[in-house]
Parts: sequence; C-alpha cells; structure tokens
Amino acid sequence: MSALLEVEGLTAGYGAAPVLHDVSLTVQAGQIVAVLGANGAGKSTLLRTLSGLLPAEKGRVVFDGQDLRGIKVERMVHLGIAHVPEGRGVVTELTVDENLRLGGLWRKPQPSLAPIYELFPRLAERKGHLGHQLSGGERQMLAIGRALAAQPRLLLLDEPSLGLAPKITAQIMTLLRDLRDRTGLAVLLVEQNVRSALSIADQGIVLSLGRIVTRHDAATLVDDADLRHAYLGF
Amino acid sequence: MTIVKDRLKSATAAPTRAARLNPLIVLVVGAAIIVALTYTLPPFRTYQLATVGAYLCVTAGLTVLTGLNGQLSLGHGALMATGAYTLALWQNKFNLLAVGIVVAILVTTAVGAVIGLAAARLRGPYLAGLTLAVAVVVPSITSTFDETFNSDQGLSVILNPPPESMTVEQWQAWLCWGAALITVFALTILTRGRFGRDMRAVRDDETAARLAGISVARTQVSAFVVSAACAGLAGALFAVIAQSVSPGAFPLTLSLFLLMAIVIGGLGRLTGALIGALLLVALPAIAHEIGESAGSQRLEGNLALTFFGVVLVVVMLAAPGGLASLRIPFRRFRTKKH
Amino acid sequence: MDRFLFLTFDGLSRGAVYAAFALALVLIWRAARIVNFAQGAMAVATAYVAYSVADATGSYWLGFIVALVAGLLLGAGVERVVMRFVDHSSPLNGVVVALGLVLIIQGVLGMVYGNEFRPATAPFSRDGFDVGGIALLSNYDLFVFGAVGAVVVLLTLLFTRTPTGLRMRAAAFAPDVSRLLGVPVGGMLTLGWALAAAVGSLAGMLVIPTELGLHPTAMDIVFISAFTAAVVGGLDSPIGSVLGGLIVGLLLSYISGYLGATVAPMAVLALLVVVLLGRPDGLFSRSAKARTA
Repeated sequence: MSALLEVEGLTAGYGAAPVLHDVSLTVQAGQIVAVLGANGAGKSTLLRTLSGLLPAEKGRVVFDGQDLRGIKVERMVHLGIAHVPEGRGVVTELTVDENLRLGGLWRKPQPSLAPIYELFPRLAERKGHLGHQLSGGERQMLAIGRALAAQPRLLLLDEPSLGLAPKITAQIMTLLRDLRDRTGLAVLLVEQNVRSALSIADQGIVLSLGRIVTRHDAATLVDDADLRHAYLGF
Repeated sequence: MTIVKDRLKSATAAPTRAARLNPLIVLVVGAAIIVALTYTLPPFRTYQLATVGAYLCVTAGLTVLTGLNGQLSLGHGALMATGAYTLALWQNKFNLLAVGIVVAILVTTAVGAVIGLAAARLRGPYLAGLTLAVAVVVPSITSTFDETFNSDQGLSVILNPPPESMTVEQWQAWLCWGAALITVFALTILTRGRFGRDMRAVRDDETAARLAGISVARTQVSAFVVSAACAGLAGALFAVIAQSVSPGAFPLTLSLFLLMAIVIGGLGRLTGALIGALLLVALPAIAHEIGESAGSQRLEGNLALTFFGVVLVVVMLAAPGGLASLRIPFRRFRTKKH
Repeated sequence: MDRFLFLTFDGLSRGAVYAAFALALVLIWRAARIVNFAQGAMAVATAYVAYSVADATGSYWLGFIVALVAGLLLGAGVERVVMRFVDHSSPLNGVVVALGLVLIIQGVLGMVYGNEFRPATAPFSRDGFDVGGIALLSNYDLFVFGAVGAVVVLLTLLFTRTPTGLRMRAAAFAPDVSRLLGVPVGGMLTLGWALAAAVGSLAGMLVIPTELGLHPTAMDIVFISAFTAAVVGGLDSPIGSVLGGLIVGLLLSYISGYLGATVAPMAVLALLVVVLLGRPDGLFSRSAKARTA
C-alpha cells in the first residue's frame, strides 16, 4: 500500500539560507507521526511548506498519488489536507460558529456542524462568541474543530499544546487518538511537548537544524534511554 | 540594542556617497551655470528656467520631508498658495520684495507648523487624507474671505521693474535660482548633520529611534516646518514670476505633481529633487507642443496629467518595494517580507 | 424652525450620499488596508460613461445600470491590474499609486470629454414637497434614501448571511488562515474592490446632479467629505461610516445654511482634524469594547 503522504528530499526556507534540508518522510493513512525537535529546528517550516504557504526549493511532495507542486494553498483543503497553523489561526473577529462554518465552506453541500459540536461541547456553549473572547484551550479546540469540519484525510497540526494546561493538552491528545482510531485520520503532529506527542504517536521523527536526525517507532523512542538522551533530552 | 545600532548605522551610512560633493562648490558652480544660461537661452527658455528654480525650492523641501523623514504630504500645493498670497498682499501694500519673500516664508512656516503638529501624530493614509483635505479645501478660503483674496479672480502682484541692464526673464531666473541654490545649500548642510541622521532614523524605525533617544515628534514637526518654509518660498517666487495669484494656480493636481516629481526623481536625494523640478516644467511643455501640433486644446493639459499619472504608477510598480526600495537595498526588503 | 427642518432634511439627503461613498472606502480599507484615494475619480469616470449611454439611448436608467456595472468592472480591473502588484511594506505605496490613478483618470476624462462642466440631469424632480409652507424632501431625496438604504441592506445581508460574505470577511481579517481553509483570498479581494467601486459609482450618480454637474474633478470635495465621514465613523466600521456620512451631511448643511456655502469646506477640514487628533479610531470604534472583553 502506498503512503498517504510521501515527502522526498524537501528543501525549503525563507530566502537565501534554507531552513529545511533534504527532508524525507511518509505518513500512512490512520497514522500519527510526531515531528519533534528544539525551537528553530524547522518543524513549523516543514508544515508550512507541505501546505503550500512556503514554496519548496527542492524535493517532491506527493499526497495520495498526486504531486503537490504548483497546487495553490487554497486548493490543499480540497485534496484533503488541513493545516492548523501555530498560534492556532482562529479568526478572532469572527464568531465560533462562523469560524467552524468557514472550515467546511468549500464543500458542497456544506457539512453539518453538529458532529463538531458533539466532539467539542464547550464550543457549542460559546457558539456566538467572537474568537478573541475565547480562552487558549477553547481556541485550540476551535482551530482543530474547524479543520475537522473540512473532513480532511491528513491533519497538519502545529504545536497544539502551546500555552495550554496539561489537562487540556491531554484531552486534545486523546481526541486525536480517538479520531485516528475511529475515522482513519492521519496526523502530522509538530510538538515541543515530546511526552504527550509520543503518548499517541505511531512514529516519531526528530528534526535538528532542519535535518532529520532520527526516526523510530514512538514506543522505541520512549523506551530506549540512549535515544531519549541523545535526541530528546530527557 | 544591537538592532538600534544597526539601524542607526544604516541611517547614517546613506549620505556618504553624496558627501563627496562639497556643497559650497556645488553652490558656486550652479550659480555660474545659471548665469551663463540666462545670457545664452532665448527669453521663453529663460522664463522656463526660472520656473524650474521655483519648483526646485519646493521639491527639495518635500524630498527632505518624504524621502528622509518618511512623511507624505499632499498639502504642499496649498502651502505654496499660502506663500504666494502672502507675498501678493505684502507687495500690494508695501512693495518691498526682499522683505515680502521673507514674510511669505515666515507665514507659511507658521501654517506649516500647525499642520506639522497634527501630522506628527498621524500615520500613512490618515496623514495623506488630512493633507489631501488641506490641498482641496485651502483654495476655497479665497472665496470665503473674498474681500481680502478676491475669490476666483485672485490678485495681481505689484512689482518694481528689473534693473535696466537685465530683461525681466533674466531677472526672474536669477531671483528664482538664487533662492533655489540657497535652499539646496541650506538643506544639504541641515540633512548632513544630526537633524538628517535623526530624520532617517525616524523614517526607518520609529521605535528604534525613540530607544536611541531621538524625539520622534519633534523631528517630524521640524521636517514638516522646514519643508513648509521651502514651499512658502516657492509660492512667493511663483507669485513674482506670474505677477498674479489665483486659486486656480494651486489646484490639487499641483500637490500631486509635486509628489510625482519627488517619487520619480528618487526619494531622499536632492539631485532627485532637481530631476523632479525639471520634469515638472518639461513634461507639460512637451504635452503642450503635442497638443498644439495635434490642434487639440483638450489634449494639452490633460496629456501631461495622464502622463504624470502613468509614470507615477509605473515607477511605483516597477521599483520592487515601491517608495521604500528607492532607498532600501532589495535584499533587506526581501528578508523582511516573510 | 422651518429653515432648521429644511436644512435637516437636506443634510440627511446629502449625508446619505456621503454614507454610501464612505462605505465604499471602508469596504476597501477592510479588505486591503488601502484608502482608495482614486475612488472619487473612478466614480466620476463611470458617471461620464453613464451619461454618455443615457444621452445616446435616451434612457437615464440604462445609464444608471451601466454606471454600476462599469463600477464593478473598473474596481475589479484596478485591483487586478494595479493594486495587486503594489508592495504593501509601506502604507505610503498604495496611497501614491492611487493618486497616480487619479491623475490618469482625470487626464483621460479631460481628453475625451473636455474640462468644462457638463450638465447632469436628475431622474426625479428636486423640488421639495410642500409641507405646511416649507419645501421638504423632494422625489429625488426619496430616491437617494431608497438607493443608499438598499445598498446598506444588501451589503449587510451579503456580509452576514451568505457564504461569500463570510469568505470575504475571513479573507480580510486573516488572509493566510483563510487560504488554508480553502478561501480564494485573491478573488475575494477583487470582489471587494469591485463591490466598493460600484457603491462609489452609485454615490457619484446620486451626488453629481445635485452639484455643478460632470467634471473630471467633480468628486474631489465629495471625496474629502466622505473620507471625513469614514474617519468619523472609524475606517474599520461599515455602520460607523454610514453614521459618519449622515453626521457630515448634517454638519455641512447647517453650516452652509447658517454661515454660507463657502465656509462648508473649511468645516469639513476642521472636523477631520478634530476627529483625527481626538479619536483617530472613529467616534464609534469598537476598540473600547474589545479592550474590556
């Protein structure tokens, strides 16, 4: 079976010096792949390049058999790729409901939001509130919920735990695992919070200075003390 | 703090290229060239030369304001009108030209200070909108106080005849270019010193300038006042050249032309102001000739207008980064964009 | 008192036009962070086209529709051909380009139509109804209120009730995020310019017959009034711009009526200065509300 997402030799960055060097990885359907690494390792740049916000300088990205070169950012969601950017990207001037509707707007007919509200009862309570009135955790739920409203096959998730209480982070991780198990959603999860990411991931990839330095099953990464010390610092 | 230092370095590094020219030599050589031209050019060309000199006064001041200090003004046509009307009223009462020009500069400086105080608190489109309103509204004041300003007809300007050894055109050219050269000389001295450094620092990054101990508001108001004084001088010279003043001579398009002149001339450099002043006289003259040869009066003014507009838009789109790229190296702009 | 009533209705009618024009400015500001200084010139250009069509066909209404369509096309064209390529790293760049467009449009109009005022007829009588001895509210005033009211209602419905409106708002507030969600941000921007220019054209069609007539610079002073209205209401607030328009209209009407028409432009300038220095976010800005929330 061919992978859902195949990345080969991806090099990208912001001008003269590339941030990502020769990155290759695959994500299977129904797999959660955690991308780990320090600040500035190139994790967000990787996601931004995959969703087309940044042009790739070299390399190939194939999603479900289709080469993504030249595909516009706004088409990505049509293919089944949803990107939740760092800082969550909730449109703060719009209400919760409007943000969620925006997520599924490109689908014809437009999907019902009821399953999303069922998944996040808290959002249903705050339906009419503006984005800037929400707490950090609520915003993260909204951003993920909005991405799910597009019914993607691959979720690119950038630092969902950033600035959240451990309890809420745990909730979100559990939710991702359930979604994977229930719907076969694939997730490329960028995280600094290594423990929670590996707690749900199938595979872990460690980026350092824009290069992949190691990749293993999540269980191996957690269990092997040498690997942990060398790459993850705990 | 290193950022601040870098900014200041880049702000002070800019003028070194121009600094090779000694302003005093430029002044003397410029004067010699003008005197030579006034004895060789035919009267009409000499008159056009005088007009270039008058325009140079205002474009030089505006270059300092917009190019070095980053403030946009669409109101300098109105400031010119202020200078022109002041001179007309003074001449018709006292007929003492030298003092009249000084008075015109002082009055315009005062008006400019008022606008400048407001302008220092405004940014981008708000500043543009306010100065645009000044440019549109000020000419209508002549109708409000028509006993003083004689509304749309305007005023004629009483002037003594020039010395017997000179033609009117020669005298006009000497007067205008004398004023223009002094203006450019003064602005060069001014912008090479601390004031120039402060202005560039404010233009590049207000916060950094503030951290470096520069008073942003005072620098901006000063820049506006200086450029207003230049506009007042130019207005007074135009009143002398035309021997009359009327609101029709200072329409909104005049202010837009001035803007165009400094954008095309290259912002922040006084040589750009000279190029702009030349264009302001040359382009309408060329359009006039085309209009005459086509036998169409409609073409005349409007062709120049269209041409100015096209050039303005094309320059802004073609220069990568528009206004900014005319002074900031492309590389820096690109890294900032993401 | 009679005079006051008359001036109030006259001011509201003028104000409705300023409101529409200010609304057009706000639409583009929200979508592109550009104050479209070319909007007056663009509106005049479409009005010239409209009256050419009206003269040729004898139908004012055909010309009226042509003005709106021409506004849509001109707005879309300006965005696609020019504004899209402006570097927005400095807010001055957009302003300068817009002013360049003003020169081009005014120059071309002057070449094609000449620089004389051309008469522009109104589709309805401008004589007021006689109410107890005072002339109030002409048919034309009612037409103005109806047209501006319809625009405000339609735009409100578009932005709050339709998917396209939601897309346009999202694209304006958060372009990158919107693209990730599948919103064609560039298209939304073009649409915003087109709609705004059409609203500007409508305002031009409404105001030109009440002033001196068609002239390449006919909208200069209207632009200043509408810009003031937009600033009074807050450049970010469509509702504010409508209220600002009415306020400016009333102010101008009272000042023209009691102090003389030549004082009015200075009153606009004074109001603009006071608002810019006192409340640069506009009188009705929501910033206070946002801060407490």
